[in-house]
Amino acid sequence: MSATAKAVGAALPRAEVREKVEGRAQYIADLYRPGMLHGAVLGSPHAHARIKRYDTSEALAVPGVHAVLTGDDFGDHRMGAFVKDEHAIAKGKVRYVGEPVAAVAAETEAAAKLAARLVSVEYEELPAILSPEAALAPDAAIIHEDVASYFKVFDTGSTANVCSRTSLTEGDAAAWDRCDVIVEGRFATQPQAHVSLEPCGALAEPDATGRVTLWSANQSVFRVQANVSESLGLPMAQLRCLTPRVGAGFGNKMEPHIQPIAVKLALATGRPVKLILTREEDFEIVRARHPFKLRVRTGALKDGTLVAREVEVLLDGGAYADDSPGVLGYSLFMSPGPYRFRYMKASGTLVYTNKLRFGAFRGFGNPQVSFAGEQQIDEIAARLGLDPLAVREKSMLRPGDKWFGGAEVGSNGLEECIARVKAASGWAKRAELEPSAPGRKRAMAAACTAHISGLLATGAIVRMLEDGSIVLNTGAVDIGQGSDTALTQICAEALKVPIERVRLASPDTDGSPYNWGTTASRVTYTTGRAVVAAALEVEKQIKQHASEMLECDAADLELRPGGRVGIVGVPDKAVSFFEVSARAHWARGGPIIGHNSLVFEKPSVDPKRAIAVGLPFPQIGAFAFGALVVDIEIDETTGKIEVKRAWSAADVGRAINPLAVEGQLEGAFVQGMGLALNEEMVWDGPRLANPTLMDYKVPTTLDSPHEIHSIIVEAPEPDGPFGAKGVGEIGINVVPAAIANAAAIALGKRFNALPLTPERVLRAMLGK
Amino acid sequence: MTLALSINGRIRQVQAGLSDTLLTVLRDQLLLTAAKRGCNQGVCGACTVLIDGRPQRACLSLAANCEGAAITTLEGLQRDASMARLQKAFAATGAVQCGFCTPGVLVSAHALLSHNADPRTDEIRAGLSGNLCRCSGYRKIVDAVAEAAKEAKP
Repeated sequence: MSATAKAVGAALPRAEVREKVEGRAQYIADLYRPGMLHGAVLGSPHAHARIKRYDTSEALAVPGVHAVLTGDDFGDHRMGAFVKDEHAIAKGKVRYVGEPVAAVAAETEAAAKLAARLVSVEYEELPAILSPEAALAPDAAIIHEDVASYFKVFDTGSTANVCSRTSLTEGDAAAWDRCDVIVEGRFATQPQAHVSLEPCGALAEPDATGRVTLWSANQSVFRVQANVSESLGLPMAQLRCLTPRVGAGFGNKMEPHIQPIAVKLALATGRPVKLILTREEDFEIVRARHPFKLRVRTGALKDGTLVAREVEVLLDGGAYADDSPGVLGYSLFMSPGPYRFRYMKASGTLVYTNKLRFGAFRGFGNPQVSFAGEQQIDEIAARLGLDPLAVREKSMLRPGDKWFGGAEVGSNGLEECIARVKAASGWAKRAELEPSAPGRKRAMAAACTAHISGLLATGAIVRMLEDGSIVLNTGAVDIGQGSDTALTQICAEALKVPIERVRLASPDTDGSPYNWGTTASRVTYTTGRAVVAAALEVEKQIKQHASEMLECDAADLELRPGGRVGIVGVPDKAVSFFEVSARAHWARGGPIIGHNSLVFEKPSVDPKRAIAVGLPFPQIGAFAFGALVVDIEIDETTGKIEVKRAWSAADVGRAINPLAVEGQLEGAFVQGMGLALNEEMVWDGPRLANPTLMDYKVPTTLDSPHEIHSIIVEAPEPDGPFGAKGVGEIGINVVPAAIANAAAIALGKRFNALPLTPERVLRAMLGK
Repeated sequence: MTLALSINGRIRQVQAGLSDTLLTVLRDQLLLTAAKRGCNQGVCGACTVLIDGRPQRACLSLAANCEGAAITTLEGLQRDASMARLQKAFAATGAVQCGFCTPGVLVSAHALLSHNADPRTDEIRAGLSGNLCRCSGYRKIVDAVAEAAKEAKP
């Protein structure tokens, strides 16, 4: 890289920050179209019931109502990322409380909501299955009678209420015989709500030909297009999917919410229809983090060397598969953590229940398995009287080591992550930390993690306009994490132009190259690669023009900072991008356009090393690593845990924008703290009891430590853009584990269930 | 009924029912969409506006009760020097991610600085405790407010 190029590595403000601080950024609820109607849905009052009949007459009589739709108005089309098991709206059966059974479009939001409530639905109630154990009971009611016949991306013999099974094994189980210490435990984690500050919503507008333009809160315009197409039986080309600004996505907006219903209402009325979920609906019908039940066993030698681990998980997938088979497989894949084991076996079962779908949520199953696995490493260290980070260092994956199953690990900065958190936190002197007041216990603890960034297909188009400025078009949706800025920086760096000369096109399924989505910590890494390659195409074309203009060989040319191309070693022999592009547009060759598309192709598993059954991602991604130290205090009277300080190190390959990387680590830490300490979706029988922000508390400024220290480690990924890999999720993975480890040190008790509420902590302290 | 509301220094005639909130009127009638509807329950703070200089939840304020009050939204603070410092600091410190909470946070921060020009970190945290942010972890937001306060010093 040129020493003069500055875009990559610069802590630049967000490309779109002015509109956000001036309140001019438009999110889905801020869009209005001429003649627009408002949509509303009616949710099921039952968790499991057959729909006998509908009566929409009262709803249709409400003034201003244009359409009332029920399952009868929808064809028998199903969607699903892994299993095609879900209609756009309940059809024949309802499978969780809140599931949309009817939808209305009306002149006003109030009329639409009133009419939705007036739709009368006659149900025949069925037994509600509210836990995975109940789902597996021999006489359990069946939630999907047709599960065997559903189309599946991979089939593991789904039967009864079992949606999917996965296992991955490597090494020889005889390794257990060598272990001097074996710890075993059962763990449970709770459902967590995403709580994007922006509730989900969509706005669909049909044209005279029946083609529909669809804006929505989303993490992928292409997944929106695919899901609407599948669930409504429309050709994908009939849909144009766009995105306004997105008020954050943590997995909740990756797969569909109510986009298909909005499109159906628009087609039924011939008018634009906007449907925005209330906060309560957003809690009840979108998706949430999976509750896990885990049994984990870890063995080590007496010097602390890790030897063997077995992990068995049971996942509640909720009423529809959604991303659940992916979460099951990924959690097992990540269950060793970043360590060498001689023997590793991970297996799991995913079942349907009568709750809302559980799906993708930052970490994608990694926080749940880490909660168990990282506590067991601390348990081993405690039994052997060893420093818990020293135990980790002894067995950590080192550069050149492969991942569980045999995947190649490109770059590995774990050792530096651990060294940096130790140094920054004063780890060596942790025993000397004093509580800030009497009646409080204080402890410092750690945990380590890895995460992938990658998966699936991505493209980039780099266009040089007549004046030499650049439009970058990737189709990747910036959900607030800053990918628009990072990709702009990558493009500017590759072409050595000032950042202001590069603008990003908004994702549009008509005009953007395919991008699977903003998920799996993947945009900077995968899309960044495509941007670099597309920019290289542009560079080649620029040099071709310049070689003709300067009468030299293209190989003797170099890009110069500021948008010029010139002959190496001859400072005054150069032409500007403006001159090159004007020539291309008006005289020779045609407009300069660079394009690249790719799919992540490295295998996840080496079949010579490991046996995989039902593993969902055959080509998964590059590996990032992280280490976390927390310093906590526990109030002995109330049982409340306070995180005083945290040091979160992540090996991101290369920080394209350090400010944005820190933002990811800090935000992920606090979201992980919510998971660790208090967030929990609670069901009262079949009904979610706390679907409001009054009753479901997310951390505020007062709950969050100001001392969250982000530590950026850069072990360049060989094929990453300027060495970068992802950072979106890694910061959340081991927050619950590290806090639980600290609580165990402070109290001498280990916590096997989340969240660590004051009540749970107090009970542990009182031995109850 | 027809209401005359003083919004950002101008009297605006709006049609509102008795149960219509200030947030609904601002967003749906006046297209002043900086204030966001995050929960409609007074918890998230994304709809924070100034009513007679005090930060209030527009989603909990009935429009009919706001006659006679001076209502200021983020749109009305674009030429305010304190807001300009906040905006600049929020951009420079990386305090904005998805941006959905940002208008409410900025209005709360503006109110905080208007009565405490030099807040300590814990005072900033307390002053913003009614504004939820799910992206940032708050650290950069708190730093940005401190930075804006520092900028204001002569």
